[in-house]
Order: sequence, then C-alpha cells, then structure tokens
Amino acid sequence: MTTQPAISAPVISAKGLDLTFQTGDGPVHALRDVSLDIGKGDFVSFIGPSGCGKTTFLRVMADLEQPTAGQITVNGTSPEAARKARAYGYVFQAAGLYPWRTIGGNIRLPLEIMGYDRADQDARVARVLDLVELGGFEKKYPWQLSGGMQQRASIARALAFDADILLMDEPFGALDEIVRDHLNEQLLKLWDRTDKTICFVTHSIPEAVYLSTKIVVMSPRPGRITDVIDSPLPRARPLEIRDTPEFLEIAHRVREGLRAGHAYDD
Amino acid sequence: MRNALPVLTVLIAILAIWYVAVAPMNIRVALDQAQRGGAVLQPETALERQEVSVWSLMLRNPAQITQTYAMERPRLPTPVQVATELWSTTGEMALNGRAMSKRSLIYHGWITLQSTLWGFALGTALGILGAVAIVYSRVVNMSLMPWAIISQTVPIVALAPMIIVVSSQLGIQDRSVPKAIISAYLCYFPVLVGMVKGLRSPAHAQLDLLKTYNASGFQAFLKLRLPASVPYLFTSLKVGIAAALVGTIVGELPTGAISGLGARILIGDQFGTPLAIWAALVAAAVLAGVLVTLLDLAQRITLRRMGMQS
Repeated sequence: MTTQPAISAPVISAKGLDLTFQTGDGPVHALRDVSLDIGKGDFVSFIGPSGCGKTTFLRVMADLEQPTAGQITVNGTSPEAARKARAYGYVFQAAGLYPWRTIGGNIRLPLEIMGYDRADQDARVARVLDLVELGGFEKKYPWQLSGGMQQRASIARALAFDADILLMDEPFGALDEIVRDHLNEQLLKLWDRTDKTICFVTHSIPEAVYLSTKIVVMSPRPGRITDVIDSPLPRARPLEIRDTPEFLEIAHRVREGLRAGHAYDD
Repeated sequence: MRNALPVLTVLIAILAIWYVAVAPMNIRVALDQAQRGGAVLQPETALERQEVSVWSLMLRNPAQITQTYAMERPRLPTPVQVATELWSTTGEMALNGRAMSKRSLIYHGWITLQSTLWGFALGTALGILGAVAIVYSRVVNMSLMPWAIISQTVPIVALAPMIIVVSSQLGIQDRSVPKAIISAYLCYFPVLVGMVKGLRSPAHAQLDLLKTYNASGFQAFLKLRLPASVPYLFTSLKVGIAAALVGTIVGELPTGAISGLGARILIGDQFGTPLAIWAALVAAAVLAGVLVTLLDLAQRITLRRMGMQS
C-alpha cells in the first residue's frame, strides 16, 4: 500500500490554538498560537522538551482539555462531537490495563461500553490481538505479561473499535531501547496495514524520525510549534534506514529545532 | 505455615508474662485466705500487709506463692484455669448435649454472633451507600464526611444506653435490634472510609480513558470504580466485623441482658466470678478471630477469581 497523502480536507485541523492553565503560581501558557493540519493517513510525531505542550495538544484533540482560544476540528467536527462519535483511540503513557480483567477482557472493555454484541466482541478481540502479535494471550492477566506486551495490549484496546485516528501519548516512553525498536517496527507495519491517522507524542528524536511522515517540533514557555518537517523517507522503513544520510539529515534538523527552542528559554 | 513460628513465639511470650504476673496479682488475696486457714505470715495482719509491696510479700512468704496459682476466685487466673473454664462451658457441655444450655458459652456466643452479623450487614450496607454518595456528590462529601468522623468520637458506652432507651420507647421489645444498631454504628465507619478510598483509587488516566470511550457515569462506576474498590472493601470488612462484635458486646453490657457474651462478662463481674469473665473474653476473642479469618479467606478467593494477585 503506497497511497499518496490525501489532498482532501484534513482529518485534524487547528488554527491559532491557545490554552492557558490558571495555577497557583500564575497562568501557564501550555499552548500559544498553535496551527497545524493533519491529513488522512499521516503519521505525525510531536517532539519537544517537557512542558512544550505536546501532550496538551493531543489532549485537546481528544476533548480531554478545552482550548482557551482558537479553533480545532477533528473529522470536520468539534473534538467533543468526535469523541462522542468514538472517532479516535487513545493510548496513554502507562498501559493502564485493569488488573481484574484478562488481556481479552481489557480489549473488550471499550466494546462492552459501546454496546457491541458478544459475537462481534469476540471477533474483534481476536483480530486486534493478532494485529499486535498477542494471539494466545487472551486469557492471561496483565501481571503475567511484560511491560512491552502490556503496552501492545493497550494499543490493541485502542484499535478494537476501528477508530480512524490513533492518538498516542509517549506509549513506549517507559520501555527499554530494544523493546522500543521492536514496537516501533510493529507500529509502522500496523499503520501501513490499517491506513490510520496517527498522532504520536515522543521524547526521542530517532523514534520521531523513524516513524513519522510529519514531525512537529515544539518548544516550551509558551508551548508552541517551532518547526514542521515533512519526511522524505519512504513509507516502507526497515530499521536500517536509521543509518542512511537522509535519516540523519532529518534527525539533525529536528535536533536544531529543539536547540533553537531551548535557546529562547535560556 | 511460615507464619507458625513467629505466631507461636509471640504466644509463648504472652503466656510466660501471664504466668509470671499471676503471683504478684494474687498474692494479697492468697495470703488473706491462708491467714484464715491458720498460716503464720509476714507481716501478720492484713492491715499491715497493705503497707508492703507485693514483691516483698512474695519474698517473705515464699511458701504461699504456689497458692496464687490455684485459687478459686483469683484476681488473675492462670491460662490453664481459663482454658479449663472455657472447656467446661463449651466443649464439655456440647459433648453432654447441652450446647444450647443457658450456662453454655456456645449459646451466649450464638446470641452475640447473631446481633454481630445483623449489625455487620447493616453497617456494611450503610458504609457502602454512604461512600458512593460521598464519591459522587460534592455536597454529600462536604456534609456527611465530618459527621461520620464526629460520630466515631462519641464514646459508644455513652451512646448505647440511649439507643436502648429509644428503641424500647418505640415499642421494640426484641433486644437484638438495639444491639444490632449499636454494632452497625461502630461497623459502618471503617467500611465507609475504606470504600471512599477504594472508589477514588482509579488513576486520573483511567477515568480519561473511559471518557475517550464516551462511557456514562454509571458505566464508569460499574466497570472501573466498583471493581477497583474490592481490595479496599475486604480490608475494611475485616476491621468492620471486629468493630461490630465489640459493638454488640458493649450493647449487651448496659441492657440488663441475660444472654450474650457481654451479659456473661457483666454477670461475672457482679457475682465476683473472674473465671467466667475471662472465659467469656477468650470466647469473644476466638469468635472475632474466626470471623476475621473467614473474611480473609473470602478475600483471597474473590481476588484470585478476579485475577488479582493477593
């Protein structure tokens, strides 16, 4: 599958987004004048230091935070309408599986809430478990799985109800480098097979460059976008691509963008 | 079985301290009795002995020390005396087919157990309902919680007679009703506090996750908050059932009740039969131990079936 990025209406579109938290120490500008269009099938990474607003931006898309100014649409509607239409799956930093449910039971959770019938639930659980290569672990409890497998199960849970958008907030942040490489490869395969639009928050430059079709570099105080890089890398990406000059060049540009953001602060 | 050694060590230590304490506790009474029996003592009269410490009495009258371990109405009976009394009012009577005789502690324990279980059921229900209201309503949280805490600062011995008077005023003849209310009064609090903590235990991300599914409040309660609170509930229930038993026994003290372990303790006190008091105390402790153990077992089974490591 090598579909071209669609020229049609963006899946997510933000214009002049502001978000200010009122705290005891005065207002915190989590987002300032953030504008971005995300097309269908894009894999967009948000990278930047702590406090740059990357997670906040993701939460605004998910209707978990309300912007104080500006417009944002998800699938052409408000984030709230998109949430109620179950337009996206959200993967949190911690897998957050229920310890009293099996892996299958955890993936079933959104399906039960959304009222899928039992047979449909079973079919979907089996399908997404295969998708994240956890076939055979349906009856296991979370504590019987490694951290990487738990995170894969949480991704399966987000995939189970076939939302077109996947919002991922540092899903591999707590995992070691080797597991992370493996999951990155799997995630790319999954994206390639399902043609979902993925928004992915990360701290890691190689991860962002390896995964993305579009890299959004952000910087803190106030949280804002400093650079948007459209990756020239092909869709099919073996892990070795990380040693090519093209890859290193993009990584260099991301690093420069992050450094520029920091200089502003110091 | 790994716990057996430390438990036994503590038990042996308690028994040792108990045995050592028997002699000084009983020496005065033992000497008074010996004097009546014609023994020559140091000092000679009871009045003079009042001025002397028990330690010096024991040193000066070593021959009488053995007496302190074999008294009919000791201030402090020996563990063996208590065990004998307990056996003769429970197991022995049961063997003779008189388990439900009015002199049997099995009968009195059963009376106490009934009120305890009613109080426990009532207190648990109130505690859980109160916790749900507190977690879901800010107003209830701010109004009910302080009262719940204040309610536990009122001494139950002061409150128990009032509850009994009010319930008899209302025409409730059955003594077990006020007892169950007093029991529930002590029992609901740990359940309330534990369940509030349990229902609030899910992390913020967990609630966010349900929000992304557009789950209703009731779904969040049923699928997240309630199961998450189960380990907290069992911990509270174990505290609660012990409190319910204490409440029932306290409720039996001022009621003029003639049955129940509390009544046995009171009667033992009035008739000067310390062995009866001690036997009833031990019976109450054994009953509490059994109840807590049963709940612990229920907790293990439930958590294992829920797949959680306990």
